[in-house]
Order: sequence, then C-alpha cells, then structure tokens
Amino acid sequence: MRRLIFLLPIVLFAAVVAAFVVGLGRDPSKLPSTMIDKPLPVFDLPPVRAGDTGLKSADIQGEPRLLNVFASWCVSCRVEHPVLLALKARGVPIDGLDWMDRADAASAYLVANGDPYARVGNDQPGRAGIDLGVAGVPETFIVDRRGRVRYKQIGPISPDDWTHVIAPLMDRLRAES
Amino acid sequence: MRRFAALIGAVMLAAGPAHAVLPDEQLKDPRLESRARAIGSELRCVVCQNQTIDDSDAELARNLRILLRERLVAGDSDQQAIAYIVQRYGNFVLMKPPLNEETWLLWLGPLIVLIGGGIAVGVYWRGRARALPPLSDEERAGLERVGRSDEI
Repeated sequence: MRRLIFLLPIVLFAAVVAAFVVGLGRDPSKLPSTMIDKPLPVFDLPPVRAGDTGLKSADIQGEPRLLNVFASWCVSCRVEHPVLLALKARGVPIDGLDWMDRADAASAYLVANGDPYARVGNDQPGRAGIDLGVAGVPETFIVDRRGRVRYKQIGPISPDDWTHVIAPLMDRLRAES
Repeated sequence: MRRFAALIGAVMLAAGPAHAVLPDEQLKDPRLESRARAIGSELRCVVCQNQTIDDSDAELARNLRILLRERLVAGDSDQQAIAYIVQRYGNFVLMKPPLNEETWLLWLGPLIVLIGGGIAVGVYWRGRARALPPLSDEERAGLERVGRSDEI
C-alpha cells in the first residue's frame, strides 16, 4: 500500500500531459461566442450592391438563415465563396454582412466571384460586427426563425462543416415551430 | 555640448512606451483619455491575442479603442464600458481573467501546488526522522571496533 505513493508522481504527470494534450489541441482563435441563443443585435446597414436595400437585423428571421460575415480583403473568404455559391444553388438562404470594408470594393468582389447572398449590408465602421462579437472574417451565424443566433462558425465553412454540423442543425431548426 | 546632452536626456525622458493609440483617436479631455488608456491596457485584442487593444495595430483594435472612448464620453463608468465589450466578446478580452468557476484552477492552482508540495516535504521529513532511530549500544560498540581496526 505504501508503495503506491511512489506511483503518485507518474499519475500526476499523466494528468498534466492529458491537460496539455486537450488544451494545446484547441485553436486559440476560436473564441466561444457570447451570442448563442440571443437575438441578433439591432442593425440597419446600407447596401453593397447598387440599387439594393441593404440589410436590417429584422430581415433575418422567419426561417433558419445563415448570416455570413465577409470582406473583399479577406483571403479565406475567397476559399469559402464557392461553398456559399453551392449552398445558394441548393436553396439555402444566406445573408451577407460586409465587415470593415468599402461597399464599392465588396460590390466588385461579388460581381467578380459570384453573389451567394439574398441580402447584403455594408458595415464599414464595423459596429454591427462588433455587436455580434466578430473577431475576424469569415464568420457565419446560424439564425433561427425567431431571429436568435443558434451557432457560430469561425473561419470558412468547408463542405465537411456543412454536411456534418450546419446542415443537420438547419434541419433541426426548420423542424422547430 | 552640455545643452545638447540635456536635450537628448529630456527627449528620452519624454518618450513613453510605444502605443498604437493614434492621435486622431485621442480624446481632448485628458481625464477621459487617461481612463480610456487604463481600460485599453486591460482589454485583449481578439485579432492578435497577446496584445492589448492599446498596443495593437489591428483595425479591429482601433475600432474598439474608438468605441471605448465613445462609451466614456457618453457617460459610462469604467465598469460599464468594460462590461459593454465583455458582453460582445466574452471574458476572454480581459487581460486579467475574473475568478469564476471556469478559472478557479488558474487562480488557485499555484496555491494548491504550494500546499501540496509543503505537505509532501513535511511527510518526507517526518518519515526520514522515524527511519533513522538513534544507534543502539551494541551498534555503537561495533562501530568503535571497526574504527579502531587497522584493517581496511
């Protein structure tokens, strides 16, 4: 029995290693969102596309929708862009929040790369993004039919993220009354 | 020469630590500005995570500095201004995390290790004292004999 005490340092060491494996394996840029289960903050953003209406927070409800935060200067948004176009082709409603960007630059970006968005608003001062707790682009919020944020994707949506995380969640949200 | 040295000295004294806070962001009221600096040096930039928003050149940090100053001008207390940003980005933005159920191990960990180590050392010392009882008469005599012997 007394011998067992000599195993204690080994057990403690194993616990520390386990804590490091879990802790260091996390991506520090993925911050937990404070927005989950809360209604979208109120915003009313000017349009990006010429002759368009822009984006109001009140528009984002009625059915589960994606709110994609992007910018024309953002490199990983270009990686994500084809995925968004494919989702649009499948009928997924996506709204765009053009963050800390010039509207004319974003408009040119959508003309050049295709336009997956139902509505797009320009947030050059970045306030709507800050109210949403956006730390970088792209980020995508999944908003339920009552206009509450239910999930936040940090970084580009990969086809894998869509199939395994977002699509099942959208199905569940559609089934909610 | 002396004047020149004095000038250099004065310039060096005037130079503070480098900050990213730009002149166009600063408030005219020095009291508000100094409160904004105190808060800004406690808030983490979420883009470059080991810098404060005062030290960071990131565009988002600049926007947060401006936002913070707007809150102070609008009459927020320091606590209210900090809460405004924490509400959006979470406790992570506080350079000094608050003591709560998620962080108790971080705050109390060193104390736990210190107490645990103290107990371990105490147990070790007591064990050693018991493991070495004083020599019996017989042992002492034996030792004497060995010490007197010329054989090696």
